[in-house]
Amino acid sequence: MIDRVINSRGFDNFDFRFIGLIIVILGVGVLSIYSVTHDQGVAFPFYAKQIVWIILGTVAFLVMWLSDYHRIARLAYPAYAIVLILLAVVLFEGRSSRGAQRWIPMGPFAFQPSEFAKLILILTLAHYYSEAPRVGWLQRVVLPGLLVLPGLLLILKQPDLGSGLSFLAIYAAMLLMVGMRSKALGVILLFSLMLFPFAWELMWGSLHDYQRQRIMTFVDPVYDPGGKGYHALQSRIAIGAGELTGKGLYGGTQSQLKFLPEGHTDFVFSVFAEEWGFLGVLALLLLFVGLIWLSLEIVARAKDQLGALLAVGIICMLCFCVVVNIGMTAGMFPIVGIPLPLMSYGGSATIMTMASLGLLLNIKRRRLSFI
Amino acid sequence: MATAGLHDSELGELQRRLIILRVGLLLVVALLGLRLWHLQIREGPYYRDLSENNRTRSVIMEPARGLIYDRKGVLLANNVPSFTLYVSLEDVKDRDLLIDQLTNLLGLDPALVKEKLTARGSKQLPRKVKDRLTLREATLVESHRLDLPGVMVQVESQRNYPGGVTASHLLGYVGEVSPEQLEKPEFADLHQGSIVGQYGVEKFFDRLVRGQAGQKSIEVDAVGHEKRTVVVEQPHAGDNLYLTIDVRLQKVAEKLLGEESGAIVALDPRTGDVLAMVSRPGFDPNILSRELTPRQWAEIVQDEGRPLNNRASQGQYPPGSVFKVMMAAAALESKTVTPSTSIYCNGGYQFGRRLYHDWKAGGHGPVDLRRALVQSCDVYFYTVGQRMGIETMASFAHQFGLGEETGIELPSERVGIVPSAAWKQKAKNEAWLPGETISASIGQGYVNVTPLQMASLIGTVANDGIMFRPRLVQAVMDRATGELQQRPAVPKRTLKLRPEIFPLIKEALAGVVKEGTGTQAKSELVTIGGKTGTAQMTALRTGPEKDIPKKFRDHAWFVAFAPVEAPTIAVAVLGEHMGHGGSASAPLAKELIETYVKLDLPATSGVTAGAVAREGAAGGQGAR
Repeated sequence: MIDRVINSRGFDNFDFRFIGLIIVILGVGVLSIYSVTHDQGVAFPFYAKQIVWIILGTVAFLVMWLSDYHRIARLAYPAYAIVLILLAVVLFEGRSSRGAQRWIPMGPFAFQPSEFAKLILILTLAHYYSEAPRVGWLQRVVLPGLLVLPGLLLILKQPDLGSGLSFLAIYAAMLLMVGMRSKALGVILLFSLMLFPFAWELMWGSLHDYQRQRIMTFVDPVYDPGGKGYHALQSRIAIGAGELTGKGLYGGTQSQLKFLPEGHTDFVFSVFAEEWGFLGVLALLLLFVGLIWLSLEIVARAKDQLGALLAVGIICMLCFCVVVNIGMTAGMFPIVGIPLPLMSYGGSATIMTMASLGLLLNIKRRRLSFI
Repeated sequence: MATAGLHDSELGELQRRLIILRVGLLLVVALLGLRLWHLQIREGPYYRDLSENNRTRSVIMEPARGLIYDRKGVLLANNVPSFTLYVSLEDVKDRDLLIDQLTNLLGLDPALVKEKLTARGSKQLPRKVKDRLTLREATLVESHRLDLPGVMVQVESQRNYPGGVTASHLLGYVGEVSPEQLEKPEFADLHQGSIVGQYGVEKFFDRLVRGQAGQKSIEVDAVGHEKRTVVVEQPHAGDNLYLTIDVRLQKVAEKLLGEESGAIVALDPRTGDVLAMVSRPGFDPNILSRELTPRQWAEIVQDEGRPLNNRASQGQYPPGSVFKVMMAAAALESKTVTPSTSIYCNGGYQFGRRLYHDWKAGGHGPVDLRRALVQSCDVYFYTVGQRMGIETMASFAHQFGLGEETGIELPSERVGIVPSAAWKQKAKNEAWLPGETISASIGQGYVNVTPLQMASLIGTVANDGIMFRPRLVQAVMDRATGELQQRPAVPKRTLKLRPEIFPLIKEALAGVVKEGTGTQAKSELVTIGGKTGTAQMTALRTGPEKDIPKKFRDHAWFVAFAPVEAPTIAVAVLGEHMGHGGSASAPLAKELIETYVKLDLPATSGVTAGAVAREGAAGGQGAR
C-alpha cells in the first residue's frame, strides 16, 4: 500500500491548487494575528507561536496525507476511547481559562482534546457507517447517536458550546448524507440544518437583550464576561468600520487599541475585516469557498464509502466552523467559541484542521493510486 | 478494503447528494456576503463613527488664568502646576465599583464622587473629580491605572496666591463654576469643573482673566490608556491684570489694623486709583480656592467675624462726625452759613422737648465753620442741619456719592443710606420726624456709608470737587498679543460747588490735624488734613454689628488726605468698636500716609487722562 503511494503520480494540478489555497489562508491568518499582537512585547509572541503550530500542522498534514486512510479509520474506535478519557481528564485536571476547563497542560503549551475529538468523531462515524450493513433507523440513527453522546456530554460539561455544536453538526451531516433513505427528507433536513443559523438569527433578533443574556449565561457562561454584548458590539464595529477597502494593515483601531477582545483567536475575522474591508472579506470568502469546492470534488471522486464519508464529515465540520465563526463575528449568531479554521490562533485547532485537510487529500490520492 | 457497509449504489447516491451541499454552501456564503455587505457598505460609515468614538476622548485643557500684579509688578496671583483627577464616563464600566475604589484609594467622600459623576452634562467630556491631588495621591492613582478604567490624572495649573491673606478681599478667590452659574449666559462656554472667579477682582474681571479652554483629542485603548494625542487646540491663557494697589502699602495697612475688625481704604484722589484696600478679618484665598467640604464652608460662612465680608465696600456704618465734611461744604454752597457765621455752642441743642448733646459737655462757645470742623462741634452742625433741612442735606450727600455705588470694580458693592422723607416713607412707611434731621446732620441716625464712599468723599474734597470712580485695575495685558492696554481713570462727576469752598474746607481739615480732634494724625513728614468720626453704637438700630453683644464700643472713623497743598492720597480708616476716631483711627491714617510718602509712588498714567477729563467734565456730570 505504501508502495502504491510512493509509486503514484505524486503532485498534480489539483494538489497544487488545494495546498495553495491552504497556504494562502494560513498566511492571511498569520498576518492578522501579527497585526494584533506584534507589539505584544514578549519574546515569543502569538504570531510566532502560530507559525510553530503551522509547522507542526504541516507534519500532521503530511502524515495524514501519506498514510492509508483505511488504516487510520481502523484506529477510530480506540482513538475515540482515548479522546473520551482525555475529555474526562480535562474536567478534573484541566487548566481553566475564562471559566472553562478545556486544556491539558503539556510543558509550556496546553492541549485541547475537544478539537481533536471532532476529527476523531468523523473517523469514528465514517468507520461505523462503512463497516457493517445498516438496516433500519436504530442502526442508522440511534447507534451512531449513542456513539456521539458521551463525547458531546463531556464537551458541554467543560463547558465548550462551540465544540459541542460542531459535534452535533458533524453527526447531523453524516446522518443526512448516508443515514437517510428518503432523498427528499435528506434534502429538507440538510437545508434546514444549514439554514438553522439564519432562522436562529430571526428568533434571536426578536428577543430582548436581557432575554438573550439570560439564555447565553445559561448555555455558555464563559463568553461575554464584560456583559451587555460588549464583544459582539465591538466585533460588529470592527467589521463595519472596515467599509469597502478597509483601514489597512495595522490601521484597525478596534483591534490595535484592544477594543476588540480575542482579536487573535475567535475574532481574527473581525481584525481582517477591519483592515481589508469588504473587498478583502469577499476575497477571503472566495478562498474558503474554493477550498471547500475542491474538497467536494474529492467526495465526488471518492472510490469508496469510507473515503466519501470521511470527506463529507471533514467538509461539514469546516463549513460549520467557517460559517458560524464569521456569522458570530458579524453579529448574526450569539457568540459561541468557535475558531475560524486555518486563521484563528490556536495549536490544537490548527494542527487538527491541517490533519483533516491532509486526510482529505489522502482520499483523493488513494483514488488515483487505484487507477 | 472493507467496504461492506454501504453498497456501491449508496456511494453513488451519496455522491449525487453532493449537489445539495454545493447549493447549500453557495447559499450560506451568499447570506454571509450579504450580511457583510450590509455591515461594511450600507452601515459602514455608522460603524466607522462608532470606532472613532471608541478610540478618541476629548479632554478639556484648562487655560491658565491671567496673572495679577500690583502697580509695581509684584505678583499677587499666579498659577502652580497641580494634579487633577478626571473620570471619563465612557470608559467606566462599573460606576459603583469605581466610586468604591476611589473612596478607598484617596479617602474621598463617596457621596461627593457620585455627585460629580452623575452631574448633568456631556458624557463625552471627562468629569473633574478632585483637584490638587498630592504627589502621593497622583502616584497612587497612576499605579492603579489598570484597575481604574477611565480615570485620568492631568497636570493643570491651579490658582495660587503667594501673599496668602494679603489683599484677600480685593483679589478674591476662584472656585468651580456652580450648576446655577452654568445656567447663565455669561458662563455658557464653560463646563462642569471649570474654574471661575468667585469673589473680588477674580470674579469681576473673570471674563478677562479666565482665558479660553483648549481641547485635545487623545486616542485611548480599551482600558483608557492614552496612546497618543490626535488633535490639539491649545488653550488660551487669560489676560494679566495690573492693579492700582501697591502691595507694600497694602501690607502696612493690613498690619495697622492687626487683629481688629475694620477697613482701610487709600485712594489717589487725582485718579481714583485704589492704593490700598483692607478689610479685616481676612481670609486665605488659597484655602477658599480649594474645594471645601460643606462643613468647612459652613465654618467660614458662620464665622462671627464674617471674614468674607469686604468691609471696605460692603460694610455700612454711620459716618458720625466725618459726615460734617460734607455738611460744611453743603452749608456754604446752600448759603446756609458763611465762613464767618458764628453759632454759640453751650453743649446742647434744644429741639422741642429733647436736648441734643454736644460731645463736649459745656460746649465750645462761639464757633464759626472752621472751628466747628476743627473741634467737631455738634451743636454748630445741629443748627446748620436744622436750617438746611433734610432734603437739601440729602441732595448734597448724593452729590458727594453717598447712597450710590462708587462704581468700584468689585462684586456686590453696597450703597449705604442717605435718609430723606421720601426714603423713610419708602423704606419704613413712616413720616420723617423733624428730630431725625438733627441726628442726620452729625452723621448719626439713619445715615449709613461704606468706608470706600468715605475715602471717595474725602478724596473728592481734596481734589477740589472732581470725583473719580475708584479704580482697581490700571492695565490689562492681552496674553495672546502681549499688548498692554492702559485703562484710563474715569472721572465720575464734578461737584456743583463754588470753587472757593474746597480750599476753605481743606484748610479747616488741616486744622483738625494741627490743633483739633485729629492731632494724633499730625506728621513730621507731610501736612495732613483729616476729620475724625465716632459712630455711636447706641444710636444704631439696624446694621449687622449689633449682633455682637460683647462689644458696644463705638466705631472709630478717620478720613484724611495729604499733602494738604496738593493732595495725592486720600484715606478712610474705620475701626469697628475701636472707640474714638481721634485716638484709635487717626494714628493709623497717619502711619499709612507716612508710608505712602516714603514710598514716593508716582501717579499712574491715569493722571494725564484725568487732567484731560477735568476739562471735559467741568460742566457735565455722571460717569463716562
